[in-house]
Amino acid sequence: MNEVFLVYAVVLLLAWPLGRYLALVHASTPTRLDRVFGSLEHAVYRAMGIDPAARMGWAAYGKALLELHLVIALIAFAILMLQGWLPLNPDGIPGMDWDLALHTTAAFITNTNQQHYAGQAQLSYFAQLFAVVAMQVITPAAGIAALVAILRTLLGPEGAQSRTASGDVAVGHFYVDLVRTIVRLLLPLAFVTALLLAWQGVPSTFEGARVIQPLDESAVAEQRIPVGPVAPMVAIKQLGTNGGGWYGANSAVPMENPTPVSNLVETVAILLIPVALLVTAAYLTGQRRLALSIFAVMLVLSASLSGPAIWSENQPNAAFAGIAAEGPNLEGKEVRFGATATALWGSLTTQTSNGSVSGMLDSFNPLGGLAALMGMFINATFGGVGIGLINYLLFLLLAAFLGSLMVGRSPEFLGRSIEAKEMKLISIALLLQPLLILSLTAVAVTVPGLAQTSNPGFHGLSQILYEYSSAYANNGSGLEGLGDDTPWWNLSCALALILGRFIPILAPLAIAAAMAGKRVAPTTSGSLNVATPSFAVLTLGVILMFALLSFFPALALGPVAEQLGLAP
Amino acid sequence: MSSLSKQPDDSMASVLRRSRKPRARFAPLTGRSLLRLVGQAIIRLDPRSLARNPVMFVVGVGTLVTLWLTGEALLGGRPFGFDLAITATLLFTLLFANAAEVIAEARGRAQADSLRSTRDHLLANRLAGEREEQVAARDLRMGDRIRVRAGELIPADGEIVEGAASINESAVTGESAPVLREAGTDNSGVTAGTKVLSDVILIEVTAVFGQTLLDRMIALVEGAKRQKTPNEIALTVLLTALTLVFLVVVATLLPFARFVGTEVSPTVLVALLVCLIPTTIGGLLPAIGIAGMDRAMRANLVAKSGKAVEVAGNIDTLLLDKTGTVTYGDRHATDFRPVGEATETRLRDAALLASLADPTPEGKSIVALARERGASAAAGVDDRFVPFSARTRLSGIDRPDGGRIRKGAPDAIRRFVTENGGFYPEETTRVVEEVARGGATPLVVAELLPEDDSGADRGRVLGVVPLGDIIKPGIKERFARLRAFGVRTVLITGDNALTAAAIAAEAGLDDYVAEATPEQKLELIRREQAEGRLVAMMGDGTNDAPALAKADLGLAMNSGTQAAKEAGNMVDLDSDPTKLLEVVEIGKQLLVTRGALTTFSLANDVAKYFAILPAVFVAGVPAMAALDLMQLHSPESAVLAAVIFNALVIPLLIPFALRGVRIRPSSADALLRRNLPIYGLGGLLLPFIAIKGIDLGLSLVI
Repeated sequence: MNEVFLVYAVVLLLAWPLGRYLALVHASTPTRLDRVFGSLEHAVYRAMGIDPAARMGWAAYGKALLELHLVIALIAFAILMLQGWLPLNPDGIPGMDWDLALHTTAAFITNTNQQHYAGQAQLSYFAQLFAVVAMQVITPAAGIAALVAILRTLLGPEGAQSRTASGDVAVGHFYVDLVRTIVRLLLPLAFVTALLLAWQGVPSTFEGARVIQPLDESAVAEQRIPVGPVAPMVAIKQLGTNGGGWYGANSAVPMENPTPVSNLVETVAILLIPVALLVTAAYLTGQRRLALSIFAVMLVLSASLSGPAIWSENQPNAAFAGIAAEGPNLEGKEVRFGATATALWGSLTTQTSNGSVSGMLDSFNPLGGLAALMGMFINATFGGVGIGLINYLLFLLLAAFLGSLMVGRSPEFLGRSIEAKEMKLISIALLLQPLLILSLTAVAVTVPGLAQTSNPGFHGLSQILYEYSSAYANNGSGLEGLGDDTPWWNLSCALALILGRFIPILAPLAIAAAMAGKRVAPTTSGSLNVATPSFAVLTLGVILMFALLSFFPALALGPVAEQLGLAP
Repeated sequence: MSSLSKQPDDSMASVLRRSRKPRARFAPLTGRSLLRLVGQAIIRLDPRSLARNPVMFVVGVGTLVTLWLTGEALLGGRPFGFDLAITATLLFTLLFANAAEVIAEARGRAQADSLRSTRDHLLANRLAGEREEQVAARDLRMGDRIRVRAGELIPADGEIVEGAASINESAVTGESAPVLREAGTDNSGVTAGTKVLSDVILIEVTAVFGQTLLDRMIALVEGAKRQKTPNEIALTVLLTALTLVFLVVVATLLPFARFVGTEVSPTVLVALLVCLIPTTIGGLLPAIGIAGMDRAMRANLVAKSGKAVEVAGNIDTLLLDKTGTVTYGDRHATDFRPVGEATETRLRDAALLASLADPTPEGKSIVALARERGASAAAGVDDRFVPFSARTRLSGIDRPDGGRIRKGAPDAIRRFVTENGGFYPEETTRVVEEVARGGATPLVVAELLPEDDSGADRGRVLGVVPLGDIIKPGIKERFARLRAFGVRTVLITGDNALTAAAIAAEAGLDDYVAEATPEQKLELIRREQAEGRLVAMMGDGTNDAPALAKADLGLAMNSGTQAAKEAGNMVDLDSDPTKLLEVVEIGKQLLVTRGALTTFSLANDVAKYFAILPAVFVAGVPAMAALDLMQLHSPESAVLAAVIFNALVIPLLIPFALRGVRIRPSSADALLRRNLPIYGLGGLLLPFIAIKGIDLGLSLVI
């Protein structure tokens, strides 16, 4: 258990300075950082033809965000289709089919990295670098940019909101937020992490696969071990809640995660930026008590997801019932890491919409799988880089709506009224999740031949439910066992991926701008205080109720029935 | 109900009074009224009526589906008892929700009927040139002049342009003590349906038939025609979204069940859907809104819209006139304090002379005190009285010899004296401050000597008359209640700063604005609003109208001028300035009731899941029995118990919705700490117990 506390402790210790640094990165006033990074950034702005001093309203900001993603999507799609003819392909890997390329593109531009292919065998180095690693840098930065824009608009100090030339509420400048996040945060942090990983033995090379003579040549004559610039990719994959590994088996492969130290580094990296963003929120907006109470709720959620997962994986696998061997469920786990560390990773990876794995989630005991699913349904337990806190803010607004009424006020959040328009946007953003996940799952289980599950019954249902939940939550992990490289899976997941990424960004952005334009009622003892423990409890209740009410029946027929069926 | 369904008598006052009694609120249903209630509830099953409420519309569709399934089972010769029971329970869910609305509306309906009959029988004596012609009230036009004599009912809202009369306004206020209404004062407004007790008045019609206060009250109590408030719309959006989520959840359950190899009865799925969607709050939402308006009515407040009542819950700043609100308003002279060389006798006599023609209570009290202290001066025929004017803020008397006596606020007197070449001694300021600090209003008396050739100072200050006022008992506690809600109270008074401060401190007000003019009131409201505060104020005069219109909640006194009543968004029939405090509590209560029932309704769903889901799947998936936390009798009884609970909770909560959640004045934090466990945790746990109980009952039957 000590390893669990060590991970949380290291995260907290590092998140504090990192969060304050990130607040400085996005401060509206010039800082000393400008001297270090300014010239590089301005070169980028000049190259892209951007006026960094311009201000964008929410619509312009959202449009810039969508345009950028459209452009990188086209590039990634082209690379994936054409990689056979492109350079840096020492192993001669051919281009992808259009549907797989489309799904892979959708998965990487949405910070999801859901993989319906095996990385080392189906991607060239060029594709890994420019269709995968580039997205793994750009998309978390876009998530952070959106969060920063929403934070400064929705939570920013009163009167801080400026207006654009056309009189709309200014939310910031998308490219400035994006470039600063990449240049000042992600690249330096990934560099340090990659060095740590390379030090632990993770490959970092452009040479082709190694050909090894196995000891027992009767099995295979020779073994090809793919390598490449793995360390930098793993670093950004972990830090940016990306999750898509160099190898198909992700961080369970010794090449991605060779030692206990690399395992600690990578586990910490899953949580680091999502937690640091809370500190950033506190210092960027001045709402320190609110940020603290959000942190408390998220920590409670995190503990109540990680706890059962760890407990569950320390129970024997039901398949071993009656066998003398006692011990934790090690099926599908690296013995090097053991049950506890793998379960912690498995739980954290869905809490944060990271999606990387260090063991086979499909082999988790049902309760462990349930914890992983719940993490994605909630999707705001620290959550994906940027998007996790954005999702939480939606629940916060919903809780503020109920809480205000319960204290006899017209619904308000930080003195700004929540009216029908905001409720519509909140409803759309929240409604879409159960709507899409449940309907797509229903279609997949109804039409014969679509699902292609490796298991029938409860676990089969869990596998399908998991795949769509993972796509919508932009998580990327999978229960696997699905024959998922089919046009149906590729296209339906692409739909869930794209809607699950952009609606939860654009709707809150619109809400923040609409709220910021309203008059702010001063705080009195009669107004709803969103930083109190009782409000935190209300928010926690709203989050849990929404996830449970939406998914309880599906969960009951999936992992719950499976667990109950296994129970002696 | 019984008393409400009785034929109303001649005035609505008796109805209002009667309905204020608790007995009338939840009087037992008699056969006839119950029949009417059931009839109304059935009529509202009309799909067009149900469609107004998305949650209940889904229940309606669900009922049709189960009815179809029942019929199918019946024709197919399969057992249909369970389907029939579910269909019946769903139908009752609809009827209960309709009944909640009908009951809430019925409480106003009787009032509306009586008001309408009063209105429809009004006749008017309209002046046509020299002649008078009798016309029906509905034929009156704006600007028509009508004459009303003692014993007649006033046929239209209007303003007295000639004469004064004592009027019984019990028809609208329920208060039978007559009030005085007089042309040219701030009390010139009259209301249709009220009765002139003495004298003859000439009234100019200011509101035509259909737009009078009576009409407004009729429209208001007929809740059906009322518009949804912005808060209700936002809440309906949330409820609709949740309904959609549950539709998808339940619809997808069918393929999921098939996939894992078990079958689900469509009837049970409909039952699950109806249990999950927020029927409790959906069914009670209209009733809560109507009941909120009704509570305002009971406090004799006529709101122009439901929104006005809700806004009241959000008020941050309350602007209060001192007179009549904080204090009784009958300021009276308590002493004569001469300054300089003037003697008390001189001051006394001068004050008496200056006040002889002063009709205000203050003026009369000066006369009384002066006489009590032995003054005997009387006005001569050539004396000319100078009435109070807003410009000079002075009143007094001009003597035939050219001498002038004036009384007024210290600064006004100072200007008067110095402008006329006089000297305003420091001593006066000292005495004024002393009086003000004691909470009394200092009135300074000065005289201007007749012109002579000596060139000596003409003006001199005679002294100060302290005007004492009594702070209403209990007012401090009421302000404390408001402060607990976070409402800031600001005293606005024409008094000087020291008096205002003394009164504000004594009455426990948060702030004060002294020497305020109507313009300053308006300015203060603007300033408060610019800082994001919602401001409530009350007023009666025409010069209050701009401020009443500007305030977020403008409460006009019914005794006030038509302009004031038009400008405000609420009219207080009792013309009681302390009403503002009640308005705030009513508004808060309305919002809390809505929030509490929404939370309760959503929290209920957890228990319903645990009742229905194991029942649905236990046949195909025996392990599901472990989820049956309540250990219910059988799958059928479990589903039925959940649906019955879901239906019964609506009528059980009707009294709660109508009465409103009881709220103690306390901070928002304290309210949340208190309400969250009650309605959140309570809503989570209560249905477990209730469903278990209903299941036990059912197990005896089936």
